[in-house]
Amino acid sequence: MTRESHAADEILTPEMRAEIDRWIAKYPPDRKQSAVLPALHICQDSNGGWLKREHLDAVADYLGMPRVQVYEVANFYGNFFLEPVGRHKINICNNISCMLRGADELIAYIEKKLGIRRGETTPDGRITLVMEEECLAACVGAPMMLVDGKYYTDLTPEKVDEILDSLE
Amino acid sequence: MTADVKQTELVTITVDGVEMQVPKGSMVIEATDAARIDVPRFCYHKKLSIVASCRMCLVEVEQGGRPAPKPLPACATPVADGMKVYTSSPKAIAAQRGVMEFLLINHPLDCPVCDQGGECELQDLALGYGRSVSRFSERKRVFEDEDLGPLIATAMTRCIHCTRCVRFLHEIGGQRELGAVGRGEHTKITTYIEGGVHSELSGNIIDLCPVGALTDKPYQFSARAWELLARPTISPHDAVGTNLSAHYLRGKIKRVVPRENEEINECWIADRDRFGFYGIYSEQRLNRPMIKQDGQWREVDWETALTTAAEALRKITSDSPEQLGALVSPNATTEEMYLLGKLVRGLGSRNIDHRLRQGDFSDQAALGSYPYLGRPIAELERLQAALLIGADLRAQAPLLNLRLRKASLRGGSIHYLNPLRLDLNFRAEQHVVPAPTMPTELALVAQALAELKGASLPAAVEQLAAAGTRQDWHSEVARQLAESESASVLLGAIAIAHPAGASLRALGTLIAELAGARFGEISDGANSAGGWLAGAVPHRKAGGEAEQQPGLHARAMLEQPRRAYVLYNVEPEYDCWDPAAASAAMDSAEFVLAFTPFVTERMRAYADVLLPVGTFAETAGTFVNLEGRWQSFGGVAAPVGEARPGWRVLRVLGNLLGLPGFEHESAEEVHAEVRQLVGDYQPAKALSLQAAATAGSGLYRVASVPIYAGDAVVRRSTPLQQTSHAKPAALHINSADAAAIGLNDGEQALVRQSGEVRLTVKIDDGVPAGTVWIPSALSESAALGPMFGEVTVARA
Ligand code: SF4
Ligand code: FES
Ligand code: FES
Repeated sequence: MTRESHAADEILTPEMRAEIDRWIAKYPPDRKQSAVLPALHICQDSNGGWLKREHLDAVADYLGMPRVQVYEVANFYGNFFLEPVGRHKINICNNISCMLRGADELIAYIEKKLGIRRGETTPDGRITLVMEEECLAACVGAPMMLVDGKYYTDLTPEKVDEILDSLE
Repeated sequence: MTADVKQTELVTITVDGVEMQVPKGSMVIEATDAARIDVPRFCYHKKLSIVASCRMCLVEVEQGGRPAPKPLPACATPVADGMKVYTSSPKAIAAQRGVMEFLLINHPLDCPVCDQGGECELQDLALGYGRSVSRFSERKRVFEDEDLGPLIATAMTRCIHCTRCVRFLHEIGGQRELGAVGRGEHTKITTYIEGGVHSELSGNIIDLCPVGALTDKPYQFSARAWELLARPTISPHDAVGTNLSAHYLRGKIKRVVPRENEEINECWIADRDRFGFYGIYSEQRLNRPMIKQDGQWREVDWETALTTAAEALRKITSDSPEQLGALVSPNATTEEMYLLGKLVRGLGSRNIDHRLRQGDFSDQAALGSYPYLGRPIAELERLQAALLIGADLRAQAPLLNLRLRKASLRGGSIHYLNPLRLDLNFRAEQHVVPAPTMPTELALVAQALAELKGASLPAAVEQLAAAGTRQDWHSEVARQLAESESASVLLGAIAIAHPAGASLRALGTLIAELAGARFGEISDGANSAGGWLAGAVPHRKAGGEAEQQPGLHARAMLEQPRRAYVLYNVEPEYDCWDPAAASAAMDSAEFVLAFTPFVTERMRAYADVLLPVGTFAETAGTFVNLEGRWQSFGGVAAPVGEARPGWRVLRVLGNLLGLPGFEHESAEEVHAEVRQLVGDYQPAKALSLQAAATAGSGLYRVASVPIYAGDAVVRRSTPLQQTSHAKPAALHINSADAAAIGLNDGEQALVRQSGEVRLTVKIDDGVPAGTVWIPSALSESAALGPMFGEVTVARA
């Protein structure tokens, strides 16, 4: 009659558990769920940059949270990916400052260059254009983008070419 | 939660120029609600946590002569002394209009085809605050609908993200089955994994949803809110006495919704209360009286049917009245039980009982005048400790489970002693033991308590305790019960069905006494208290006075078969403790008279006269709940076919039999008569202890009644029978026992008790070794035998 779940047992390796446990230890014992974000990152990193349903379930079970609560978290934050991604992730800011400095044109340029739209991955699995990106707090260098977590500012089509072409 | 704010300290605030005293710490919206000043809202609900996300309740606030720079949400702004609130100043109205405009950006304008139309909070407020033309030209969002199961229809595009449904399922339902996934414009209320919603209280989110995103699925498009008329009624499925409002159209019930009663059901009802009524429109309704002559069934008029019944009853009872037995559903009204008792006694028999699923009657003479919860329902949520004996409250009385859940969330220690592990929706300790050892386990708790209190125990209890070994949990339960200011020991339906039920009751009472706690019983059915008080028991007359010579109780009437039976809304193969014996007794009886709303093949086989009586919805009557609260209700629906209210049929039959005291003109008259008979009869308590049933070499069967199987109406409710809770009976067995027999999950097993059936094997390690759990009240297990007892299991 009880819901038995073995998701955590199968998905989380001992190393991953140890790492999650380190995060859990930073919070009061009855606030284990505070470790949900780092736990999801650990899973995502272990899985080529995206999360499977099983990862979400495993994290929920491991932290003793309702599963749907973890789905909420994973869906809320733009840095979690719930579908397979390319080897590189590009987030192009489309918020006000960047927009005023030509982000829309830049986005169109990149989409054309890669032959994909935002939210898609190149067929060779090289690059994922992240769906939508609000202000990344680098307005001073607008327009800007993030490539695998690294900031590139004051972009021009030439600069973009150079950056993208250097990605293997 | 704000509902708990009960400070007595008051502050003075002024709302729209009117001064009022309100509790410190409460929110502005509570003050305005109490004063009946309308503040629009979507996300706020008095029983749910505050999220203040919809911003519809914006009001203008002034504190210390200084206006707050922006309008503030009334639902999340605590009152302060001297605060001035303006709910409909130009600034407040402008803010509310602004919010409404945003809400309508994405809300579809499909009110004409929306089931919520006419009772939609958004529609109502849009009428007051909305603009007739939208300034937004962007496309509206569209979402795919969710499949939440057979009870709740969805149109998620209409959702305004108030999250009431999410919070309800999490905070009240105790199962977080819905979430708000995604962000901003992409936010979506979903189960995410298409898992559906399974909470036994799920229907409440239909009432909570302010728009037409979540609506009543079985009711869908069958009526408009403004056509419906409403009448108050009481739920007939459990002993809580849940207050309902039945909405009907042209004599037919269309839907059932809660009637708020803080002391009983608050503003919630269980799905069983809401969707159970569909059973009354089952195809199996008996439309006309029928009699069996020479093995042939004939539809006849009422007079013929009643005369036939009267003649047969007279014939059998004139020489041997004790050959008549009457079994009455614990869900019958007090008036019906009273008149039936009168009729049976008028014929010289005392064999009448409503305790159809009780296993042990040995202590009945010593018990109080009715099974009592021991305290008001509302107090359960403040219990600091509780011991539940043989109770699956989630199935038996979902709203009591909700109260206990609140107690647990408040830090109360809830313990269960059960013969199987339950799927609980709150934190509790489950002590799972084989059924036969339950008395011993309780004796060990009593022993620990006696030591704690320096009291001595009756020798019989010591003896029982000696059969087991004390573990930490016995002492822990004892300590927590003893140390808590408010503690209860509660006996549930599994304990009542237990063959040593009287011992469990006696030990429970003893534990409560030693601990200074209250003892309570959660009786099976909606009106067991009414049954006791109205004389539907063989050992008490109506009113509670003891019978000099008690008649046969429900079990004895079947184990010593009678020549004639009266069944009152009973299906013996589902409703009795030993369905197999009950069925056999009916088959072998010379004469069976059934008062019944339904007719089945089984009934045609064993009955001789079938009298169509109305269900709870078609008769006036009274249920006495487990607090001893008498709640009367009127009929709501027009009777189906020629069915008549049961009390009327009984009255006419009483007259035909020439019995005195059947002159009532109305259900109220019957009610007044019983009421006046009920005294304060409280006999002394005596301990009646039995040695624990020793399990033999075989496996021991334990049964409980699934949530949607308990009575004839609920069993016929199509929507409930489509839920995930309605499963065929299976053989639940733990993995070690299964391995020993060579059974695998999903295989068929041959189970032999007094009868033999084939059941699907379900490996379930929540079942203790040496026992199996096979639910009762289901067709698959009907032929098996008593709810408790030895079984043999083999591979099929
Ligand atoms: S479905 Fe209804 S109750 Fe749930 S969030 Fe949407 S509008 Fe609110
Ligand atoms: S708007 Fe692009 S970084 Fe701020
Ligand atoms: S009701 Fe106050 S913000 Fe929603």
